[in-house]
Amino acid sequence: MSRKTNQSEGKINQYRRNFLARTTAIAGMTVAPGVILNSVAQAKPVDQPASNKNRWGLLIDANKCSSGCNSCVTACHEENGVTGFGNPETDAQWIRKVKLTDKQTQKVQTIPLMCQHCEHPPCVDVCPTNASMKREDGVVLVDKHACIGCRYCMMACPYGARSFLHEPTTEQKYPRGQGTVESCTLCVHRIDDPNGPRNPACVEACNAEGHKAMWFGDLKDPNSEITKRLKEYGGVQIRADLGLNTGVRYQNLS
Amino acid sequence: MKTIRFTELEGRSPGFFALMAILIAIIGAGIVSALMMHGQGHHITGMTNRIVWGTPHVFAVFLIVAASGALNIASIASVFGRTVYKPLSPLSMVLSVTILVGGLAVLILDLGNPEHLLDVPLTQFLYNSMPSRWTRSVFGWNFILYTGFIFVVGIYLWFSLVPQYKKFSKAASIFAFVWRLALTTGTGLIFGFLVAREAYDAAILAPMFVVYSFAYGLAIFSLVLIPTYIWTGRELGDVIVNRLKSLLGIFVAASLYFVIVLNLTNFYSAAKGEGIQSFLLFGDNSYSSAFWIGQILIGSILPLAIAFYPKLKARGALLTAAAMVVVGGLSQMYVTIIGGQAYPMDMFPGKTVESITNDGGIAAYSPTIYEVLLGLAGIGITIFLVVFAMNVLRILPESLADKDVDPHHSA
Amino acid sequence: MLLRKIIFILAVTAFLPLSAHADSLLPELPKAKKNYNDQTKCVEPVEVMRKSHMDFIMHQRDDTLRKGIRTKQHSLKECIDCHNAPGKDLKVASANDSEHFCSTCHVYTAVQIDCFKCHADKPENTQYRHKITSQAFKQHKFAAQNLNPKTLQLLATEKEGHK
Ligand code: SF4
Ligand code: SF4
Ligand code: SF4
Repeated sequence: MSRKTNQSEGKINQYRRNFLARTTAIAGMTVAPGVILNSVAQAKPVDQPASNKNRWGLLIDANKCSSGCNSCVTACHEENGVTGFGNPETDAQWIRKVKLTDKQTQKVQTIPLMCQHCEHPPCVDVCPTNASMKREDGVVLVDKHACIGCRYCMMACPYGARSFLHEPTTEQKYPRGQGTVESCTLCVHRIDDPNGPRNPACVEACNAEGHKAMWFGDLKDPNSEITKRLKEYGGVQIRADLGLNTGVRYQNLS
Repeated sequence: MKTIRFTELEGRSPGFFALMAILIAIIGAGIVSALMMHGQGHHITGMTNRIVWGTPHVFAVFLIVAASGALNIASIASVFGRTVYKPLSPLSMVLSVTILVGGLAVLILDLGNPEHLLDVPLTQFLYNSMPSRWTRSVFGWNFILYTGFIFVVGIYLWFSLVPQYKKFSKAASIFAFVWRLALTTGTGLIFGFLVAREAYDAAILAPMFVVYSFAYGLAIFSLVLIPTYIWTGRELGDVIVNRLKSLLGIFVAASLYFVIVLNLTNFYSAAKGEGIQSFLLFGDNSYSSAFWIGQILIGSILPLAIAFYPKLKARGALLTAAAMVVVGGLSQMYVTIIGGQAYPMDMFPGKTVESITNDGGIAAYSPTIYEVLLGLAGIGITIFLVVFAMNVLRILPESLADKDVDPHHSA
Repeated sequence: MLLRKIIFILAVTAFLPLSAHADSLLPELPKAKKNYNDQTKCVEPVEVMRKSHMDFIMHQRDDTLRKGIRTKQHSLKECIDCHNAPGKDLKVASANDSEHFCSTCHVYTAVQIDCFKCHADKPENTQYRHKITSQAFKQHKFAAQNLNPKTLQLLATEKEGHK
């Protein structure tokens, strides 16, 4: 464990240095005033592609996550129209609550686990059709137009973050279909909101429940709350040893 | 040595038609199963979000690995100059292609969305096959390796069947041999690339698949050869059968040696020894039985004994040993593929993990009839195609009697 | 794609002589909700749309999904919102019904549509769509049982705000 932590801290430090370097570079770019929802970032015009000037991510505080609460999960599945058939083994789970008990100390924590939006995503590496893809702004998605449903990405994902749709789907809200693979989209439709990026449903629900254990934001924006928090308190990646540089970070995971 | 006469089969007997009818029924059942998975969704199979590759993949990967092994007879004859096997070369080449086709068919029929293969992604396949992607997309090279294998073996077959090209056939055989090694390595790497999963270790799986492929391929080859000769009334002498039998024994011994070394090494690394290794080998589950009974007892020890026990009737012994090796091979794939997924991934070292998807626990899996039928259809396709090929191509020697195979043999 | 186009053209040609005489056999298209503009009516001239709508949609889908470009002109969602709007009785056709805007022609020409395997075949925010407490949602094992009313409220209004 200690080896892993050290490694990940090294990564984070490097990460921070990168932020600092960039701070000066894009200091001229200030956040537009009056941006909605904890001024996450500037709105992207609808006709512009997502840019690599942003990298969207989440920060999750394991100590603040309440063990009895499942709101992020419910909210996510409601927001994205992820319905199930009463079988946890085959139903899609974009996000799930994981209960961790330390074998030594018996300390119990819970965290939400979803696609970690890896910078070097194994799912994308192995996909034979390039259906698994990473947007310029770091959001990892499945292009269901191309997905053949081979599930190789599910074999490759270290976090079990992906689900295969085992049943025909109807009443979709956002596209999802039988025989293809899907996972957390980082609520990409909210990121692309013409009025500016909005918090994902899970973060929104967590805030509304008063736990405030999740932050969403631009990891490349030195002024975003998420980067500031990361800079101040740090944050680990799950399975940092794999060197995937995940976009989802955790705090107080011990 | 007498020149060997190759002829096609007659293929007009009632027995032949009955065989073809049975094969078509098996293939049909598999296709119906696939259509049902496609129509109703994969929930009718035992596969889940944890066991994402199931029984169809056990069959498919077994066949793909065996395909390259089936080419061995031809390679041994020409690359390594063992002329005794020369008469068997054409069958070996054809069989290797049909096994590969059978395996790939299962993979494709299992896809959630096979029609998307026809739609967009050919460009993506090609993109993925570009050398610049080779360090990433192992599927990219496998795409080249599989299609290339069929092509390379096809040319090899052509060179060796057409007299005026005979002179090239040696070169083609070496090329095909190298290609087949690459193919099996590539198949091993499909798993080896899954860095997050402890059960699959690139450095070990690829060579292991190569070693296994020798035995699996030869076993299928024997299971095709002997019945064909018995049912068509062609002569099949003990010389060749005994040779094949010892060869199978050697291949099985090599695999067994590899399995032992691999497992001992894994126990040596403490983390693995306690975790997945004891789960697969000594856990209270179907994987440990598949390992000990399927892979080790039926798949290795018994065929070894049969192969080297001289008093048995040659043909019967080879047939039994070969069938056992196939059972052992399927068991091995079951342990590797499904057992490897059933064991939880170690996301949080030092912690017990609970979640709705059973992250910290062993994933349950019970295959359904649809998966099994689909897998069997792969074998059906293989046999159907090879029987068909035997009827249209001159790939079978008229006689494999001792005097025709080995002129020095004194009866 | 090409194959589909060929089939489509074949199908259309096969029916042409027939349709010249028997207009009543032609599919009757439901009216669109509104005109995109006065000249072209639809998002491109109607003739162009009849022939090439799939190319526009196909192009847009890659732009939207892979790049995040979300212009509305060629978005399938907008097609559905405008062409499959609820009637006076608030009923909305589903892609399996032959009255569905897309199905009218596609059934007629026997060209299969894949879109609705994944995409919604009905507009957002119509009566059909389940509200947060509807039956469809209850099926889900994470049913909203223990969500804070505030969150529910928020999610519900969020959805309205989507348009
Ligand atoms: S968490 Fe899994 S699905 Fe998400 S980007 Fe990483 S590998 Fe892909
Ligand atoms: S299941 Fe779909 S997204 Fe995943 S690897 Fe296969 S084609 Fe790519
Ligand atoms: S970001 Fe959106 S899709 Fe991802 S877990 Fe949160 S709510 Fe679900």
